[in-house]
Amino acid sequence: MKLEDLKKIREKAEKDVELRQKQARIRIVVGMGTSGIAAGAREVIRAFVDEIAKRNLSDVVVTQTGEKGLASQEPMIEVYEEGKPVVVYGNMDAEKTKRVVAEHIVNGSPVSEYVIEVR
Amino acid sequence: MAEICAHIMDVAANSITAEAKKVDIFITQDKNQVMLTVKVIDDGKGMTREMSEKVQDPFFSTKTGRKVGLGIPLLKGTAEHCGGDFYLKSKIGEGTEIFASFALNHPDLPPLGNLRDTILVMIISNPGVNFSFSYTINGKEFTLDTEEIKAQLGDVPINHPEVIKFLGQYLDENL
Ligand SMILES: Nc1ncnc2c1ncn2[C@@H]1O[C@H](COP(=O)(O)OP(=O)(O)OP(=O)(O)O)[C@@H](O)[C@H]1O
Ligand SMILES: [Mg+2]
Repeated sequence: MKLEDLKKIREKAEKDVELRQKQARIRIVVGMGTSGIAAGAREVIRAFVDEIAKRNLSDVVVTQTGEKGLASQEPMIEVYEEGKPVVVYGNMDAEKTKRVVAEHIVNGSPVSEYVIEVR
Repeated sequence: MAEICAHIMDVAANSITAEAKKVDIFITQDKNQVMLTVKVIDDGKGMTREMSEKVQDPFFSTKTGRKVGLGIPLLKGTAEHCGGDFYLKSKIGEGTEIFASFALNHPDLPPLGNLRDTILVMIISNPGVNFSFSYTINGKEFTLDTEEIKAQLGDVPINHPEVIKFLGQYLDENL
């Protein structure tokens, strides 16, 4: 596998509208301060990244922020969706993340057990 | 931190908070298998000399709502405890360079950890930042530069599902 193979993805994108950049429908922000990382934020992002790839969620993006507090609830994530309140999840791990993707990101119903704030 | 990779991720997160557009990460294990060195260089907003000194002290942070910064003191502490060195060089408006080394035979040295996930997660969750990784261990070298990846991709975003799959496989095969 070489980096040149990426050209195939690009060529496919030129023909296939699905592959072209879409407006992000959902943006997930993961807290990546020291306490978030120590509590397992990488595994949470890894789970999002895997699910986005596996389910072809080309309108979902996951980003990180260093500006997060509440060390006792890390890893924390925020889910931003146009026209909806921001949903904050706490004490996340890879398994919980997979559930959030299936139930909230794909099916639209937040996993209330893991929600720590809605604003 | 349980892994050297977690420290790397943490220092790179500081670079991103400092609005870096490019972060270069070097991980090297010397030929004689004595030292592991990590260097992270960014083009973010940098720090004054005074601040560069203060941030090495665990009771300083510019983050809102919290006075204590942990990332840099923790890395410095691990390096110095594990028979290595630490330095931080920074210049306002130019960027920051962080160096940490560790004696490989030190009993308290954390494992390097999962470099594959660390690289993948940093690239995908910071699509607007360019990273270059250089990893040299036992004479084997691996390099990856997101500018080269983006050049191949044209308009396709680097965090697209197809690209994520590609990068995961690419790291599995080449790292
Ligand atoms: N690469 C960098 N460029 C510019 N400023 C930096 C950089 N790295 C650290 N700093 C400054 O040093 C401060 C301390 O960093 P440190 O990582 O120790 O703690 P923190 O990021 O504030 O909090 P945390 O405990 O979550 O890491 C930061 O708040 C920031 O002001
Ligand atoms: Mg930090």
